[in-house]
Amino acid sequence: MNRIYNYVFIIKRSSSHIKNPNILKTLVPVKPYQSQVDPEKRPSKTKIDADTIALLERLSLVDCANRKGIETLEAAIEFADQIQQVDTTGVDPLITVLEDFPLRLREDEVDDGNCKNDALSNALVTEEDYFVAPPGNIPLETREDLLFEQETNRQ
Amino acid sequence: MALSLKRLLLNDQKLLVKRYSQATKNNKKWKSVVGLEVHAQIASKSKLFSGAPTKFSNPVNTNVSLFDMATPGTLPVLNKRCVEAGVLTALALNCQVNPVSYFDRKHYFYADLPAGYQITQQRLPLAVNGALEFHVFTPEIHKKPYKTSARIKQLQLEQDSGKSLHDFDRSLVDLNRAGISLMELVFEPDLSDGEEAAALIKELIAIFQRIETCSCKMEEGALRVDANVSIHKENEPLGIRTEIKNIGSVRGVVGAVNYEIKRQIAIKESNGVVVNETRAWNFEKKITVPMRDKEILQDYRYMPEPNLPPLQVSMGPITGGQVYVDQIKENIPELPEKCRQRLQTDMGLSTEQSIIIVNDVDLMKLFENALYARSINPVKFANFLINDLYKALNERKLEIHQLHIEPKYFGEILELVSQGLITRNVASMVLNELLQGNIRSPLEIVEEKNWKQITDEKELEKICQAILQENPKGVTQYLNGKVKVFKAFLGGVANKTDNRADMKKVETILKKILSELRNKK
Repeated sequence: MNRIYNYVFIIKRSSSHIKNPNILKTLVPVKPYQSQVDPEKRPSKTKIDADTIALLERLSLVDCANRKGIETLEAAIEFADQIQQVDTTGVDPLITVLEDFPLRLREDEVDDGNCKNDALSNALVTEEDYFVAPPGNIPLETREDLLFEQETNRQ
Repeated sequence: MALSLKRLLLNDQKLLVKRYSQATKNNKKWKSVVGLEVHAQIASKSKLFSGAPTKFSNPVNTNVSLFDMATPGTLPVLNKRCVEAGVLTALALNCQVNPVSYFDRKHYFYADLPAGYQITQQRLPLAVNGALEFHVFTPEIHKKPYKTSARIKQLQLEQDSGKSLHDFDRSLVDLNRAGISLMELVFEPDLSDGEEAAALIKELIAIFQRIETCSCKMEEGALRVDANVSIHKENEPLGIRTEIKNIGSVRGVVGAVNYEIKRQIAIKESNGVVVNETRAWNFEKKITVPMRDKEILQDYRYMPEPNLPPLQVSMGPITGGQVYVDQIKENIPELPEKCRQRLQTDMGLSTEQSIIIVNDVDLMKLFENALYARSINPVKFANFLINDLYKALNERKLEIHQLHIEPKYFGEILELVSQGLITRNVASMVLNELLQGNIRSPLEIVEEKNWKQITDEKELEKICQAILQENPKGVTQYLNGKVKVFKAFLGGVANKTDNRADMKKVETILKKILSELRNKK
C-alpha cells in the first residue's frame, strides 16, 4: 500500500562524470573537511524576541516559548546564515534532478486509501474515528509572561 | 433636467433638499470594488496526488491514503483527469494554457494539513489571462439584464485540506478532504457589488455543470468563494480591502459582499479606518465578522515542490505531455452563453427567459427534453416553466431536482393547452396537483377533476348572461362608459367556471351581449 518511489539518480549537471565510475567515490569526502566559512563575513546574529517565539509556539503548537527555545532557534538561524557565503554566480537553481523529465501522470482510479485503522493508529488520541488535536488557530489567552518564566521560577 | 429641477425647487424646496442629501448618502459618493477567488473541487474519482477516493458520503477518515496523511517516504503522483479538467475549464474561460507549469509548497500550521504545507501552483500556474462575460439579472433589482465581464488572472491546481470540527478545548480532524483536487480561479477586481458577484458565480456554475469539471454542490463544499471588497471615491486610488473567506452559497455571496460594502461605507462616513483583515460571513446573523486566526500577516514560506517535476501539456507544436490541449479544445460542449443565444435566435425566447432557463441546469434539461418530444410553443413553455413552475417551487422552497414528477408531464400539460383541451389557468392547477403528489398523468387529472375547457358557445353564453344578471350595477356603469368593469365580468366568468372557460370566446360573447344591451338602451 505504501508506495515507495525509486528515484533514478542522475547527476545532471555533471553528466560527463557518470562515464567514470570512480567519480562517485569523490562525492563523499574521504577526510574531514575544513569549513571555509569566514566568521568575519557572517551577517550579524539574528535576535528572537519573546513576542516572536510566543507567536511561533501558538502557530505550531510546539512547546518552544522559553529561553532554551530562543537559544535553539537563534543557533539554527546562525547555522543557516553560512549558506550565504556560497558563491552561486552562473549556477541555475536546481529544484529537482528530474526537471527535464515530463511529470508522469496516473489515470483517475481509486487504488488506495480505506485504511482507517492503520491511519488512526498513528495518533495519540482519537475519538469516534477522528484525530484529536489541540485547538489550533485560535488565539490562546493573552498573557503577560510570554516565556512562562514566572511559572518556572515558582517551581 | 435643469427645467425639472427648477420646477421641483419651486414646488417643494424641502423635498429637493431631502432628495439631494439622500443621493449623496447613497453609494453614489462611494465606489465599491469587488474581486473573487473561487475554489472549485474537480470532479474526479481519486484525489489530486493519491489514489484515495473522493466520495463525499464515505465515513470519517476512510478516504485517506498514507500519502494524504503525510507518511514519510510517500510521494505525490499527479492525477491525469485533474489536469485535463483544469485545461478544459481554462479553455472554457478563455484562459491561456501554459505548456509548462510548476508546483509549489505553501506552508500553514494547521492540524488538518498533515504535511504542514499545501501543494499549489504559485510561480507558474496551469493557465492565465482569461475573461468571463456574464449577464447580471436579479428580477427584484434590475429591470433589464445587463452584461459585464471579469478578467481571470490565473487558474491553478491545488490540494484541499482536511476538515476540523472545533470543540471548545480541542479539534476533531477528518482527513477525507485532505488532498482532494481543487482549481483555484483568481479573478481581477472588476465587479462592483454583490449582485454582480453572485451573477459571476452563477455563470461559473452553469459552465462547470456543462463541462462537468465540478459538481458545484456548494452544500458539500465543492465550490467555495472568497471575496475581496474595498470602497473608494471617484478619481481616488482604491481603498484598503478586506477579504471574506469561504462563502458557501450564492445567496451568501450577495449578502456578504453587500453587507461588507455597507459596513465599510459606515466606517468611512464616521471618519474611521478600514483595516486589511480576513473576515467570515455569518449566515444566520447576516453579518461579516473578523476571523480570529488571521490577525497576523502570515508568511507562507513558498518554495518549489521538489517532489514534482514541471507539469507539461502537449499543445500545438509542443509535445511530450500526457494531456492534449488541442484535443480537449475540439471537444468543448456548447457553453451557456452560446446556448442562450440559440434559445433566442432559434426559438424566439427573450433574453430574460434564456438567462433564467440556462442558469438552472435542471430546468434547461427539462425544457430541452420536453421540446424534443412534443410539438409545443417554446416561448409559451418557457413562460409556463418560469412563471408557474418556478413560482410554485419558490412557495414550497423546493428545487427541480427534488421533485418526483415524471419529467415528460411538464410538456404534456402545455400540450393540453395548445390542443385547446384545457385553459392556461387550468394548466397551473394541474401543475399544483402534480406537485401535491398526484401521480396520474396530466390528462388523467384533467379527466378525473372534470377540468376540460368549456368551448361550447351556447353554454358559455348562458354563463355570461348569468354573470351580467348578477351584476346589474356593473352593467350600468359599463354602459355609461366605464369600460374597466369589463375585467370584473371576465373574472366572474373565470371564477364561476373554475377557470375552465375559453376566455377568448367569453370576451367575444360578453362584448356581443353588452353591445346588444347598449343598442336596446
